[in-house]
Amino acid sequence: MKELIVARGLRKSFGSFEAVRGIDLIVPAGQVLGFLGPNGAGKSTTMRMLTGFLEPTEGTVTLNGIQLADDPIAAKRTFGYLPEGAPAYGDMRVEEFLNFVARSRGYTGAEARARVDRSIERLHLEPYRRQLVETLSKGYKRRTGLAQAILHDPPILVLDEPTDGLDPNQKHEVRELIRRLGDDRAVVLSTHILEEVEAVCTRAVIISEGRVVFDGTPKALDAKAAANVTSNRLDHVFRMLTTSDIGGASRTKAASQ
Amino acid sequence: MNSTARIATIFRREFAAYFTSPLAGIFLVIYLFMSAVLTFQMGGLYERGQADLRPFFQVQPWLDLFLVPALSMRLWAEDRRTGTIELLLTLPFSVRDLVLGKFLAAWAFACVALALTAPLWITVAWLGSPDHGTILVGYIASALMAGAFLAIGAFLSAFTKNQVIAFVLSGVACFLLMVIGFPMLLDFVSGWLPRTAVEAIAAMSVMTHFESMMRGVLDGRDVLYFVSVTAAFLFLNGIVVEWKKAE
Repeated sequence: MKELIVARGLRKSFGSFEAVRGIDLIVPAGQVLGFLGPNGAGKSTTMRMLTGFLEPTEGTVTLNGIQLADDPIAAKRTFGYLPEGAPAYGDMRVEEFLNFVARSRGYTGAEARARVDRSIERLHLEPYRRQLVETLSKGYKRRTGLAQAILHDPPILVLDEPTDGLDPNQKHEVRELIRRLGDDRAVVLSTHILEEVEAVCTRAVIISEGRVVFDGTPKALDAKAAANVTSNRLDHVFRMLTTSDIGGASRTKAASQ
Repeated sequence: MNSTARIATIFRREFAAYFTSPLAGIFLVIYLFMSAVLTFQMGGLYERGQADLRPFFQVQPWLDLFLVPALSMRLWAEDRRTGTIELLLTLPFSVRDLVLGKFLAAWAFACVALALTAPLWITVAWLGSPDHGTILVGYIASALMAGAFLAIGAFLSAFTKNQVIAFVLSGVACFLLMVIGFPMLLDFVSGWLPRTAVEAIAAMSVMTHFESMMRGVLDGRDVLYFVSVTAAFLFLNGIVVEWKKAE
């Protein structure tokens, strides 16, 4: 399978604080990678480096064969990105906002309209297409953000907490969509919800304090839990990997709030 | 998609954004009302008995001081507050596209406001026979000055997530750029600064160049001054956007 995302030796410092301390990530087509970690572990920072919002202090990002630092505009055409919090222009209607994104991606006229319609249909936004983005509920705002990310059918999707704020039905729908999209694309999504990794991801990467502490299939992640743990096995492994000792669970709990 | 098309996309979005809030309407009403009041009441357009628009152009710098920051304050502060800056910078745009698209949208809006004062021109043309060349140069000077103030305002807007702070900083910065050319201030510093330094300060002031153009002389140096100030602040704007984007 073609390697669509190739990130090597990513590091990012903010002043004296090192948020990301050397992450390598290679994602081929057909893979849905779940990116996990406690708050402040460097998930969003890493995704921001993958999408060119932040320049890495060290390391390189190559997207669909295009090095981000060499040709940022060409590289930015290869992915759709849902930033943290699903930012969108509140003063625009859903279809106006999507039309702006379509134009930004170089579509005009009938093709832009077709792209917007298709995106609205895929995210079931039809009843809300004339509604102002700022009046949307959190779940619909998130779906508008997703509609924007998949509008140009990119080979790469980077989604920062795509199901945050959705109700269980919406979560299910969006997971189905991501799973379908992941058949022939490279998808990186971050989440706090461990069951989501089991539900949609073919690979799980856990980072803690800017480093990868686990990289494998969700099944392998599950297998790391001790045999005597019967419920919330993934939570148990997560705590084991991201805190220095299992007694540090309270720290993780505090960090995730 | 080439750079021009990308800039046009940003331009359309930003220009339309003025009209989705009451800002456009409020701005236009206040600008046109104040222009008329100041021109007729304080400037005494009729009483002077001369067919020109000098009183109108004389008040432009003062109006710009309050109204231009109102146009520029949201340009970057709003995108930084709502997080749409992250969306813009991860869509296939360069920082240059964004800086130019946003600036041109604000400038186009300011030029529309200026164009809506055309009835004043028509009035003096109807009452007498003004020198249309002088009036045209006055309009060009007003547009160039608004552009320079907008570039300063856009640059300062990129520093903050708070539009009010952006507004105040821009107003103060534009005011300083005006007053450094006032005779009162220049007389004050001429006591202890060499003559060339005083002249250099005067040459930096918006007023020196604006007043020179207001007399109807289209001098390349004055145009160059406004274009340079605009270009310099747009360049700095791009640097600040890169620097502050993730905060």
